[in-house]
Amino acid sequence: MCLAIPSKILKINSLMAMVEAYGGAQKEISLMLLPDEPSVGDYVLVHAGFAIQTIDSESAEESHRFLTELLLSMAEEGT
Amino acid sequence: MNLLRNPKIAKRLSEDIRLSVMGRTRLMEVCGTHTVAIFKSGLRSLLPPEITLLSGPGCPVCVTAKADVDRAVKIAGQKDVILTTFGDMMRVPGSGTSLGEERAKGRDIRVVYSPSECLGLSAENPEKKVVFFATGFETTSPSVSATLISAMRLKLENFMVFSVHKLVPPALRALLSSAESRIDGFILPGHVSTIIGSRPYGFLASEFRTPSVISGFEPVDILEAICMLLRQIKAGRPDVEIQYKSAVRPGGNPKAVSLLNEVFVPSASEWRGIGVIPESGLKLRPEFSALDAERHFDLSLPSSSPSDDASGCLCGEVLRGISIPTDCPLFGSSCTPEYPVGACMVSAEGSCSAYYNYGGTSG
Repeated sequence: MCLAIPSKILKINSLMAMVEAYGGAQKEISLMLLPDEPSVGDYVLVHAGFAIQTIDSESAEESHRFLTELLLSMAEEGT
Repeated sequence: MNLLRNPKIAKRLSEDIRLSVMGRTRLMEVCGTHTVAIFKSGLRSLLPPEITLLSGPGCPVCVTAKADVDRAVKIAGQKDVILTTFGDMMRVPGSGTSLGEERAKGRDIRVVYSPSECLGLSAENPEKKVVFFATGFETTSPSVSATLISAMRLKLENFMVFSVHKLVPPALRALLSSAESRIDGFILPGHVSTIIGSRPYGFLASEFRTPSVISGFEPVDILEAICMLLRQIKAGRPDVEIQYKSAVRPGGNPKAVSLLNEVFVPSASEWRGIGVIPESGLKLRPEFSALDAERHFDLSLPSSSPSDDASGCLCGEVLRGISIPTDCPLFGSSCTPEYPVGACMVSAEGSCSAYYNYGGTSG
């Protein structure tokens, strides 16, 4: 339940942003919890519709895939 | 699906672990997502037999008290109420029924991905009360804080929160304070720590002399965290280290923590299988009482409500790291992911469910 998915910021509109997770799924999320204003192209960890932290893009690429696959596999198991 | 990437690094780390382990070592991974990552990647097979990995109380679904599920059911049964919650909560058994069963009976219970969805739902349904049943640890509670602050600004009068949020550090204190505790080190949750940082865990080392490492979720992250724990144990110098450096700073996310403190105040909270732990839950501050479901509804339960788990169920012992799922007489027979008896089997992040799905047989 505490899974947060690394996602790339595509567009920022005030306190909301459009982000893309690994696999291309796009989602609108809130930036209200971030301590510093992010820029387009930054990676953030997304949990329950909110960005909870910015992360460096290098580590984002790899954990991207892993966390997304973990989430998908848990969803397949019916929760 | 191959989840164990970087096999060379993994091999090197597991060799390091083999060389550093000094006798029987019991390490607890606190977070349910770590439990799933460990099982899915087959990481246990890379560890020497001296190391036992225990799954801790870090699945919010599993530790939500039956009585609190009963209270959510009670709210959903009131006139003109839409109860919303995270999908994980739908199948969790209360003392008699679950939210999923109540929905099947016609109660208006809806699953949301984000608490912020409740704001739109409230605006669209002015004649109804929208009540969010809020579960989860520090990863989740800031998003509920932000939603409550937005609701206040929007002057929404029909949105409320029933908070059973829980805090991780007080639960670890309770585990270590218990006489039955035999934990040599903690693999600390990555995303909870993204919010709170490493400092709130300082007491693990200073008061309890117990090593801990905040870990990422890649199998190699977890292996590295185990290496770091073994090094602390070997040196006799317990500390709180951060392995998951890409997402966790020592001070955490100060903005999220400040919003959390603006809305919530710590209070005693009941954990399924563990009992009431002081200052381990979050209740709404008086300034937010207009949005507090506990002030709107009578949430008292009949005193005959059983609070213990079904007879024979060892969820409590599993959550405290005393037993492993396969010790339970119900495991795999009368309790399966399809027909769960205890909460550890309900959630995909529960340790019983992980053991069942991935065929774990020993620690």
